[in-house]
Amino acid sequence: METEIIEKIRENLIQGRKSEEDEGIDETLNGTPGVIELTEEALEKGVSPKEIISLAITPGMEAVGEKYDSGEYFIPDMLASAQAAGAAMEILKPHLEKARIASKGRVAVATVKDDIHDIGKNIVVILLKGAGYDVDDLGIDVSTEKIVEEVKTRGIEYLGLSALLTSTMTRMKEVIEALDKAGLKGKVRVLIGGAAVSQEYADEIGADAYCADGFQAISAIGALKQQ
Amino acid sequence: MAREGLLVIRPLERLATKDLNHIHQASLDILSEIGINCHNRDAVEAFAGAGAGASPVGDEISNIKIPPKLVLKAIENAPKEIVLGARDPANQLILHGDRTRVYLASGSESNIWLDTSFRPFINKNDPDEEVKLPSFNPRRGTVADLAFSAHLAQSLDTLDAFIRPVNIQDKDINNHNKDVNKFFCCLNNTSKHVMAGLTSLEQLQNVIAMAEIVAGGQQALQNNPIISFITCLVKSPLQMVDDTTQTLIRICLEGLPVVISSSPQAGTTAPPSEAGIVSQINAEVLAGITLTQIINPGTPVIYGSVPVRARLDNLNDAYGAPESTAYNIDCVQMARYYGLPCYSTAGVSDAPIPGLQSAVERLFSSLLVALSGPQYLHCAFGLLDGNSTFSPLQAVMDDTHFKMLRQFLKPADIDPENLEAVYRKIADTVQTSQKLFINDIRPLMRKGKLSKPYIFEDRQGNDSVLCKANQELERLMTLPGCHLPEEIIEKVYERIPGILPRLDTRKSN
Ligand code: B12
Repeated sequence: METEIIEKIRENLIQGRKSEEDEGIDETLNGTPGVIELTEEALEKGVSPKEIISLAITPGMEAVGEKYDSGEYFIPDMLASAQAAGAAMEILKPHLEKARIASKGRVAVATVKDDIHDIGKNIVVILLKGAGYDVDDLGIDVSTEKIVEEVKTRGIEYLGLSALLTSTMTRMKEVIEALDKAGLKGKVRVLIGGAAVSQEYADEIGADAYCADGFQAISAIGALKQQ
Repeated sequence: MAREGLLVIRPLERLATKDLNHIHQASLDILSEIGINCHNRDAVEAFAGAGAGASPVGDEISNIKIPPKLVLKAIENAPKEIVLGARDPANQLILHGDRTRVYLASGSESNIWLDTSFRPFINKNDPDEEVKLPSFNPRRGTVADLAFSAHLAQSLDTLDAFIRPVNIQDKDINNHNKDVNKFFCCLNNTSKHVMAGLTSLEQLQNVIAMAEIVAGGQQALQNNPIISFITCLVKSPLQMVDDTTQTLIRICLEGLPVVISSSPQAGTTAPPSEAGIVSQINAEVLAGITLTQIINPGTPVIYGSVPVRARLDNLNDAYGAPESTAYNIDCVQMARYYGLPCYSTAGVSDAPIPGLQSAVERLFSSLLVALSGPQYLHCAFGLLDGNSTFSPLQAVMDDTHFKMLRQFLKPADIDPENLEAVYRKIADTVQTSQKLFINDIRPLMRKGKLSKPYIFEDRQGNDSVLCKANQELERLMTLPGCHLPEEIIEKVYERIPGILPRLDTRKSN
């Protein structure tokens, strides 16, 4: 019984069906419970949040990643699955806190001052949420002061910065310098991404990682954790 | 005297009149019922003052519901004919919303400049056999590159206007001096019309002052607007951003021509259906046009449309997708429905290097969109990889392709008199022993009225297009520059702060 519902959650996650109303790929699932309803049901039945994460959500997202890599899935498919995973995590959050299971980490993501591009940033937010991180989306056109302030007050461990314009990428350097000044060096790790920047630029300004896409954000944070 | 451009006599249409009516109504409904979320305070005040509904929806954001009559009045007030001036008056462009004379422009602002070199490769099994193959070297664009691309634009025959194709990223370029250097690079290397976006509003006065010096004074610039601006004030769906909206307002007050451009992506920032993206972008552009006419009635405003489909593997713009071409043609028709001059896009390829993919994709969209008759077509001279890369080699090939289109668009010579003459010619020729029309084609050949074989053709059985195009590029590079007169350059350096000394061409004049 337990394994059956775990399997259902995983399958619906792979299908990108957040809730009952969503269409996945397999049309026969239309109208049946989605990840949200199934997760609630599983909790009612006494399945532990830990099991839901380790047996349904994590392997489900891994399967989605493989499908994306092989070309079977496209970004919209992956985002639908990640949103479903994020929704499940929201439901599990209070239970995890009760069971004193820490989230994977606190992340904030922002598009820097004077830059309004946010499609890429939004993808990163959705994927990181889907991967089980606690993510604050600080929005677009966010000033350096505001970013530092938020990092401080929210206890952010990983800060993602996005810049698509060569005229705004210099803000990233500003943010890193301001974080240093605020005594946050080493306490928060900085990841950067967006069309304007590169690995060389990350090295130049002392960012901890450059990510060419949202998946690299997940692996980069994973790698930084190991350090 | 204006440039000839390409005259499309019977424009290609994708939508029927009833479709255009539906889109028009849908856009008016969007504007009056859903409204635009405006992040700029001056614009909110202007809209409200003109009778639009404004209600706050967040920190410094107001939802503006624009009543149809305000939109219709703006369409009525907006000029139907716009002159884009040029340093050389023979390069002026006259954009008339009801006429389908197409001018071709370069663009956009790619970060990467692609150099091409050719290296010999020898067949392992037959050392006598050697071929030259291209290798591509991408690097960040500089002011020198921009100056060179303007020089190239000057010599490419089919290119009617210049939009900077490369983003200047030199170490000594910053937000405070970028605009003046950008415009100076363009104005000092081509005598064609110069259009660009503005990076920083604080530089607008300097840019205009420079244009006045070049044009010969304030009034001269108004009569012959040698520069114009592109403003992407809308962030889809239906949001007016703060800074670019402020820039637009200032440009309107200056009375210079301006493009209102919106670039929604079907599937991410716009609905994936054709009806959805076209009614949304049309609403977005109309909102911008309405603002221009509220701020300064009669502002020469161009309906700018860059609708694209999302690429599903990375969510970048899918310019090579046939759907993007379809949306663009729909927008060209919408602009014509309003009688407004239209800025449209075509010719961008998703391929990262010049080659077959790039040739197929760019020709596909360029031909179709050009034939739909936009007045000003950003036809992506040299652009690759979406808008990310500029290849001067590709630009040279693009020019040849547009020459083919120009030849094709020559009006057919069908009239009774001519038909009578050819009738006699046919009757005579069938009587001769060889039955050939050779004597008729020779004068046409001499007068240059016939197209020539593809100029980069290789009769040895190889595909040497890139190599031959590169030889042409090298030849064009050696042509003398079309710089401003020395005394003008002197004045510009004297009065306009921030222009890099290395852009001064006086020594080499
Ligand atoms: C869509 C788009 C827009 C839309 C934005 C819509 C939106 N909601 O975001 C609109 C039309 C509003 C827009 C406006 C402008 N744009 Co624009 N835009 C683009 C475009 C075509 C695609 C960007 C995109 O969304 N890609 C899809 C996403 C999924 O990819 P991504 O952003 O790269 O994100 C991925 C990775 O980079 C990475 N990533 C990104 N950020 C982060 C952050 C972290 C922490 C991590 C880990 C990873 C990560 O992961 C993401 C997911 O895989 C690019 C072209 C390009 N090559 O990028 C131009 C581009 C960025 N824009 C450009 C320009 C010039 C502008 C304008 C100035 C136009 C103008 N003339 O007014 C304005 C700028 C306004 C402003 N102040 O910001 C230029 C920039 C050139 C330059 N100067 O550097 C580009 C390169 C196009 C071009 N060649 O001309 N733009």
